Amino acid sequence: MSRLQQELEAGRFVVTGEVGPPKGIDTHELDHELEHLKGKVVAINVTDIQSAVMRLGSLIVSEYMVRKGFEPVFQLTCRDRNRLALQTELISAAWVGIENVLCLTGDHQVLGDHRGAKGVFDLDSVSLLQTVNLLNSGKDLAGNALAGAPKLFPGAVVAPGLEPMEPQILKFEKKVAAGAKFFQTQALYDPRQLEAFMKKVEQFKVPVMAGIVLLKNVGMAKFMNANVAGVFVPENIMKEIAGCPKKKLKQKSAEIGGRLVKEMKGMCQGIHLMPLGWTDIVPDVLGHAGLA
Amino acid sequence: MLVTEEKPIKEILGALEADKKLFVVGCAGCPEGWETGGPQKVAELADKLRAGGKEVVGTTMIDFLCNKALVGLRLGRCIEALKAADAVLVVSCGIGVQATAAMVDKPCHPALNTISSAGFQGLWPSSERCQQCGECVLSLTGGICPITTCAKSLLNGSCGGSHEGTCEVEKNRPCGWFLIYERLKALGKLDNYKKLQPVRNFGKMDVPLKHRSTIRWALEAKEF
Repeated sequence: MSRLQQELEAGRFVVTGEVGPPKGIDTHELDHELEHLKGKVVAINVTDIQSAVMRLGSLIVSEYMVRKGFEPVFQLTCRDRNRLALQTELISAAWVGIENVLCLTGDHQVLGDHRGAKGVFDLDSVSLLQTVNLLNSGKDLAGNALAGAPKLFPGAVVAPGLEPMEPQILKFEKKVAAGAKFFQTQALYDPRQLEAFMKKVEQFKVPVMAGIVLLKNVGMAKFMNANVAGVFVPENIMKEIAGCPKKKLKQKSAEIGGRLVKEMKGMCQGIHLMPLGWTDIVPDVLGHAGLA
Repeated sequence: MLVTEEKPIKEILGALEADKKLFVVGCAGCPEGWETGGPQKVAELADKLRAGGKEVVGTTMIDFLCNKALVGLRLGRCIEALKAADAVLVVSCGIGVQATAAMVDKPCHPALNTISSAGFQGLWPSSERCQQCGECVLSLTGGICPITTCAKSLLNGSCGGSHEGTCEVEKNRPCGWFLIYERLKALGKLDNYKKLQPVRNFGKMDVPLKHRSTIRWALEAKEF
């Protein structure tokens, strides 16, 4: 059983981190990012061709992390693979010791750097969750028996900032019914948003980890507000970063991140930090939050 | 001609759930030619519905259900019967079901699965589309097709890119699942949103040999 599963099932508060595989085969940066997270988080998500931008694979990077002694949360999207490939990736992951899998539909290919690509979407996040549970039970989607069943711990995502919220809650419930054992949210910057959302989903008794993307500069915040569905950086935080000298931005980012974690930690069962490369400030974020 | 197959009566009755009073609309175009519809099939279907414990409050034939203006005009003549109905059963391709659902504020259910458009495609209304998936889900989605309206053809609800009714792909493109959500809410059928959809069988899009070896297939699809 993965440590993430043990911690969540024991009802303990959990912090996870995230790394994005590089576009190419130079993994020096990745190694640095991982080093900063060592001992600071329970598990580390590995994004899967995130934003539909071609890059090193999440399965192979997750496997690399297992060998290096890290616990990965293997992210798997439905955009680029049909049901044969998805199931193969899942059992391959289990075979090399990967236990946590985060099931996503995936961004549409036109949002990425290969806009003319064919989107697959043979399965979606819900049927992928069902597939994980089916494989765990020793069967594949065609009903055939497996020679050795995996023991994967499936999780899902939710975006509490999307409007209207009701379809999000309906889909959340559907993911729970499909076997999601934990949730990580899209980036949140307003604790009230999380509070309102948690009131709606508490009834399902599945651990929710609030997502926070560490802000690097005001341009990034503006970009997310304009382009990332359901993500909203409020005016007061925008002003804080805008008024900060460039040299102190990392310090400021850690301060804001830490404050948000502190405000949100009582509302949910964990925090999912997305540092987008700034893993070196994760210890400070946790320090400010009183979690170090 | 659009190639269609009759859905099993058990599936139709299952989709109708508690709705007791039904109005049946048949298309006098492709389904009649393909012998999955037409007046005789509609009468047979009405009998099957009655045998299944349903009440049929009226039936009508429209030629053709892919002509939205005509659908509006003809259904307008049946307004009293439609008002008395809990739901509408549509014996046509997926386009006809969507055209009817856009006109009537009652749940509209497909009686057929659309497999292929061999040759003649019918008239093409503004927004309704059918990809001939062979496993029509319009019963569950308020008569709006998720396969054609959703940029990812998702079957289990909107993705994380749907915000304020628009799709992540294009700012002015409506999210298909948002449209479905709004329609289901208006119909009081939001529970449908929560139903887990089985994965698609893409093999259903291929016209089976039993259909391809018929004279009518030869007439429609072969060049002479």
